[in-house]
Amino acid sequence: MFAYIVRRMFQSVIVLLVVGLVAFSMFRFVGDPIDNMLGQERTQADIDRLRTELGLDQPFPVQYFKFLKGAVQGDFGVSYRQGRPVSTILIERAPATLELAFVSGFLAITMGIALGVFTAIRRQGVAANVIMTVSLLGVSLPTFLIGILLIYVFSIELGVLPSFGRGETVMIGSWSTGFLTTSGLKALILPAITLGLYQMTLIMRLVRSEMLEVMRADYVRFARARGLSDRVINFRHALKNTLVPVITITGLQLGSIIAFAIITETVFQWPGVGLLFINAIQFVDIPVMAAYLMLISVMFVSINLIVDLLYYAIDPRLRVDARAT
Amino acid sequence: MTDTIESPKTPEQSRFAKFWDSDFAWSFRHSPVAIVASAVVVLLVLAAIFAPLIAPHNPFDPATLNLMNGFTPPGTPNAFTQESFLLGTDDQGRDVFSTILYGMRISLFVGASAVLLAMIIGVILGLVAAYFGGWVETLIMRIADVQLTFPAILVAMLIFGIAKGVTPPEYRNEMAIYVLIIAIALSDWVQFARVVRGAALVEKNKEYVQAARLIGRGSIPIMFRHILPNVLSPVLVIATISLALAIIAEATLSFLGVGAPPTQPSLGTLIRIGQGFLFSGEWWILFFPSCTLLALALSVNLLGDWLRDALNPKLR
Amino acid sequence: MSLLTINDLTVEFPTRRQLFTAVDHVDLSVEPGEIHGLVGESGAGKSTIGAAIMGLLDRPGRIASGMIRLSGDQISGLDAEAMRGLRGKKISMIFQDPLTSLNPLFTVREQLTETIQAHLGGSEAEANQRARDLIDRVGIPDPDTRLDQYPHQFSGGMRQRVVIALALCTEPDVIIADEPTTALDVSVQAQILDLIKELAQERQVGVILITHDMGVIADTTDKVTVMYAGKVVETGPTAQVMGQPSHEYTKSLIAAVPRPTLKLHRFPQISYGGRETRFAIEDMARHWPKVDNDTSKPVFEIRNLTKKFLQRRGLLPWDRTYFTAVDEVSFDIRAGEVFGVVGESGSGKSTIARMIAGLYPVDGGTITFEGQVVSDLTNRAALDAYRKNIQMIFQDPFSSLNPRMRVDDIVAEPIRHHRLMDGADIKRRVDELLDQVGLGHVAGTKYPHEFSGGQRQRISIARALATQPRFLICDEPTSALDVSIQAQILNILKDLQEHLGLTLLFISHDLPVVRQMCDRVAVMKQGKVVELQATNDLFANPQTDYASELLRLMPKLDDLSTEGLTAET
Repeated sequence: MFAYIVRRMFQSVIVLLVVGLVAFSMFRFVGDPIDNMLGQERTQADIDRLRTELGLDQPFPVQYFKFLKGAVQGDFGVSYRQGRPVSTILIERAPATLELAFVSGFLAITMGIALGVFTAIRRQGVAANVIMTVSLLGVSLPTFLIGILLIYVFSIELGVLPSFGRGETVMIGSWSTGFLTTSGLKALILPAITLGLYQMTLIMRLVRSEMLEVMRADYVRFARARGLSDRVINFRHALKNTLVPVITITGLQLGSIIAFAIITETVFQWPGVGLLFINAIQFVDIPVMAAYLMLISVMFVSINLIVDLLYYAIDPRLRVDARAT
Repeated sequence: MTDTIESPKTPEQSRFAKFWDSDFAWSFRHSPVAIVASAVVVLLVLAAIFAPLIAPHNPFDPATLNLMNGFTPPGTPNAFTQESFLLGTDDQGRDVFSTILYGMRISLFVGASAVLLAMIIGVILGLVAAYFGGWVETLIMRIADVQLTFPAILVAMLIFGIAKGVTPPEYRNEMAIYVLIIAIALSDWVQFARVVRGAALVEKNKEYVQAARLIGRGSIPIMFRHILPNVLSPVLVIATISLALAIIAEATLSFLGVGAPPTQPSLGTLIRIGQGFLFSGEWWILFFPSCTLLALALSVNLLGDWLRDALNPKLR
Repeated sequence: MSLLTINDLTVEFPTRRQLFTAVDHVDLSVEPGEIHGLVGESGAGKSTIGAAIMGLLDRPGRIASGMIRLSGDQISGLDAEAMRGLRGKKISMIFQDPLTSLNPLFTVREQLTETIQAHLGGSEAEANQRARDLIDRVGIPDPDTRLDQYPHQFSGGMRQRVVIALALCTEPDVIIADEPTTALDVSVQAQILDLIKELAQERQVGVILITHDMGVIADTTDKVTVMYAGKVVETGPTAQVMGQPSHEYTKSLIAAVPRPTLKLHRFPQISYGGRETRFAIEDMARHWPKVDNDTSKPVFEIRNLTKKFLQRRGLLPWDRTYFTAVDEVSFDIRAGEVFGVVGESGSGKSTIARMIAGLYPVDGGTITFEGQVVSDLTNRAALDAYRKNIQMIFQDPFSSLNPRMRVDDIVAEPIRHHRLMDGADIKRRVDELLDQVGLGHVAGTKYPHEFSGGQRQRISIARALATQPRFLICDEPTSALDVSIQAQILNILKDLQEHLGLTLLFISHDLPVVRQMCDRVAVMKQGKVVELQATNDLFANPQTDYASELLRLMPKLDDLSTEGLTAET
C-alpha cells in the first residue's frame, strides 16, 4: 500500500517537473521578456540591468530551478498586461472558477452515472433509447452553443436569469462566494448547466458502454445461472466492476471541466481564471499562461492521485500482490 | 463435422456484390439513421467543396459587398437595395448563406486535416509502442497518459498560444489555419495511439504474427502489412468520432478568438460574430451558422455511433 | 419418473440469411445421481441444450418446439421471474472457464453467502456456516482463510472447485456442467471429474456433462448421448455406446480417438456426412528434393537451454523478478524422427519450440542445427538460410492465418520473402501446394474466414511446406480441432515425415496423441526435462514418479470400441 502510494506520488512529481519545464520554456523562449517589460525607449544599460535582475544571464538549469522555487512559493512573476503579480490575480479569480466547476462537476457525475446505469440496464426500453439519442445531440452540441442557447431562452426571451457575471458575492476571508446571495445563485444556474451538460452526456455514454461490456462477462452469466435477482446482478456485481473504468473516466472528465470552464466563462463573462487565461492567450501574456498551466497541472495531478487511490480501494487484485494456490 | 470443401454453388460474385451482401453493408442498408446521417455529411461536404460554384456571392471579395445590404433579414428584400438573401446578411452586408458555405470549407478542411494528421501520428506511435514494447512503449504511453490528463481543447489552446508567441505578428493570420490544424492534431493523437496499441497488443500475440516472424519478415512489414490491416476498424471508428470532435474543437477555438482569423472565418468565427447581434434581434446571423455546425457534428457523430456498432457486432 | 426430461426439443436461431436449427427434435432424460454425458463436435448443439434448460439462450435463439420437465413439472416457457427462482435453486450450471466465471471484486465468501441467502434465506451465520462446509467439501484446504480471499488468489483447479461449490450451495436437483475441465490440465481434470462423480452420488444430483472429450465421457458418465448437427444420433449406457457403437457417426468418432495403449499406423478414415479431402502426399513427394536422413546424426543438439521471463518489471535491476520457463534443458533430435515434448501448461514446452524457431531469444545454453550454433547466426543471409529449413505449424488455426490476407498471399509469403521464385512461378507453386493439401487452387482467391478449422490447418501446412523445409515444429497442432479432424491432420503429419523425410518436433499436452505420433518423448515439468525415452518404453515403463503419475491420470479409453483400427507393425 505504502509503496504503491509513494510510487504514484513520485510519478506525479515527475509530471509536475515536466509541466514546469514546458511552462518555464514558454517564459524563456516565447517572446523576449525584456521586450515585453521595457518600453520602446530603452538603453543597452537598462537591458543589461534587467537581464541581471531577472537572472537571465545565468545558465538554463539555474534559471529553471529558480523558476520552480518561485512557483512552489506561488511567485509566477508579473503579468505583462496588467502589471500586477500573477499570484494576486489568480487568488482573486480562483473562487469563481472553483465554485462553478464544483457545481457542474457534481451535476455531471451524479446525473451521468445514474443515466448511464439506467440506459445500460434498460437497453431495449423506449426511455433509454430516447435518452441515448438525445445524448448524441448533447455530444454534438459545442459547449458555447449550449451557453448561447440558454442565454437566448432564459435571459433574452424569458428574462428570468442573468446572462453574464456572477451576481453579488460575499467575501469570506479572501474567498469571494456567490453561494450566499440570491443573485449569486441565480447567476450560477446557466453557466453550471452549460458546463455540466456536455460532461454529463460523455460520462453517461461511457458508463453505459462499460456497463454493457461488464454485463457480457462470464461471471455475470454465472451469477444469472445461480438465480441471483436482476437487482443484485445489476447493482452489486455489474456496477462494482463498472466502477473501475468509470472512475478513470470521471477523473479525466473532472479535468475537462476545468478546461471547458474557459469556454463557459467566455460565453457568460464569468470572472474566473479561464477568462483570464483566454485573454492571456490573445495578448500573449506569458506569465499568466505559465501560472495557469502550473495551477491546473497541480489540480489534474491531484485528481489522478485520488483516482489511483480509489482504484486501490475497489480492486482487490491491486491490493494483494502474492498469488497463492 | 467432416472436413469437406464446398463446391462453388454460385458463379463467383463480383467484389461489389460481395460487399453489398456483407453484414456491414446489410447493417447500413437497414439503418435509416446511418443512411440519413451519411447523406447529410455527403451533402455538406459537397456543398463545402463546391462553395465557389454554389455560393451566390463571394463574401471575401469587397467589390461585391454593399454595406447598404447590412442586416437584411432572411427571405425578405432589403429596404434600400431591394436585394433578397436566402438566409439574410450580416452587418457588413455579406450573404449569410455564402459565408456559411465558405466557413464550412474552413471548418471541414481544418477538421479533416487535423484528424488525418492525428491518425498518422497516433497509428504509427501506437503500433511502434505495441510491437517493440520495453522502454519505447513505456516512453510513448507515459507521454500519452500525461497528455490525456490535460483536456484536448486546453492542449490545443496552449499550442496555439505558444505558436502565436513564436510566429512574427505579420504571419500570424496566414499561419493561423495551419497552427490550428497542428494544435488540434497534437491534442488528439493520443486517442489513436491508445486504441491502436490496445488492438495491436492483441494482434501481436496472435500466431499469424509469429508465423510472419518465423518466415523472417522484418519489423516494418509485420507492423504495416500484417498488424495494421487488422487494427483498422477501431481506427475508423475513432477517426469518425474524432472528426466530429475536431470540427467542434475548431469551432470552439475560433469562437474563443484563438482559432481561424477574421480573414478566413470558419463556422466558429461566424458564431462568434453572430453572438454580438443576439441581443439586438438579428438572430439569423447567429442561428444559421449554429445550425450548420450542429447538423455537421451530429451527423458525423451518428455515423460514428453506427459504425462502432456495425464493426463490433457483439455490442448489440 | 425421471428427474429431468426433454421431449422433442428444437432450438432455432433466426439469422438474416437463414433459420439456423441448433437443436433438432432432441429427447433426453436424466435420473437422480446419474451423470449423463452429452458429446459431439463443435457446432453439434450440445451447449445450446444446456442453455435452453437454464432458460439462458442467447438472443435471438428461441425454443421452437418441445418441452423440458423437471420432476414432472414443465419448466420450458416459464416467465423470467419463475425461471429465476428455479435457476440456482433447482438447476445449477458450471461453466468452462473458472478464470472468468467468478466476479473478481468479491471474496469467495461474499459470492457464496449471497447465493445461499437469495435462495434459502436464513441468517448470515447460517449462510456462513454453510459456505464453510461447502468449501471444505469440495476439497479446498484451510477453508476459514480461503473463504475471505478473492478469486485471483486461487489457481485454476481451485477456482473450478469454488465454482462447483457455488453451483451446489443451494442443493440443486440438476447440474449442467458445460466443458467443466476443458481449460484445466490433465491431472487437475481428473480430480475435478472425481469430485463431480462423488458429489452426484452423495447428493443424488442429476448431472448433464457436456464435453467434446471421449476420454471424459468414458471415464465419468453413466449414460451418454451422441449429437451430430443438432440431432441425437445415439443414446444409451456409456459402456454400450462406447463399446459397441451402432451408428456410423459414433463409430467414426470413436475410431478417431487416439488410444494410449495402441499405436496405430494411420487413423482409419471413416468419414461421416461429407466428402473426403485427399492429401496428395505422393504427388508432393515427387517434387520434393531428395533428403538423405542419416538417423545416427542429430539434426538439433540442444544444450543447457534456458529462458527467463521478466515477471515483475522494476526500474532497478534488483527490483525485478524473473520466472525461469526453461531451465538448463538438453536433448538431441535425430534426423527423420518425430521428437515429442509433453508436459502440462506452464512446463515450458512451447517456449522451447519458440526458441528453436527463433521467435524468442535464448537466455542461456546453445541450439546447434547441423553443427552450426543458431545464436551465432547474425547476418541476415545465414539466418534466412536457417529459417528456410525450419517451419512451424501453430495451435490455433483461427489465429495463425492473417484474416486480412488472401490465402494465396499467405502461402506465397515465405516464397516471396526468401526469393525462391518469381512471378508466374510463384502462382504455379502456390496452386500446386493448395491442390496437394486437398483444398484445390480456387481456395487461393478466398480469405481465411471462409474455411473451417481443419481446412485452415491445411492452409497452415501449405504455408509451412512452401519453402521445402527439412524440419517442422508442431506446437499443439490439433488441440483446437475436433477429434475427427485431429485424426486427419495427424495422418497428414505422419505422411510428411514418412514420405518427405521431414524431422518433426511435436509439442503436446495430450499423451495419447503423443503416443500415436512420436518416436521419442521428453517429459517436461516446471521448465526441466524429467524423463526422455523412446515412446513405447515410456508408456510401458515410466522411470520417474512424475511420468507414471501423468500416465495414471490419463483417460484409459479401454472400453472404447477398437473396430476398424489396425496397429502399427
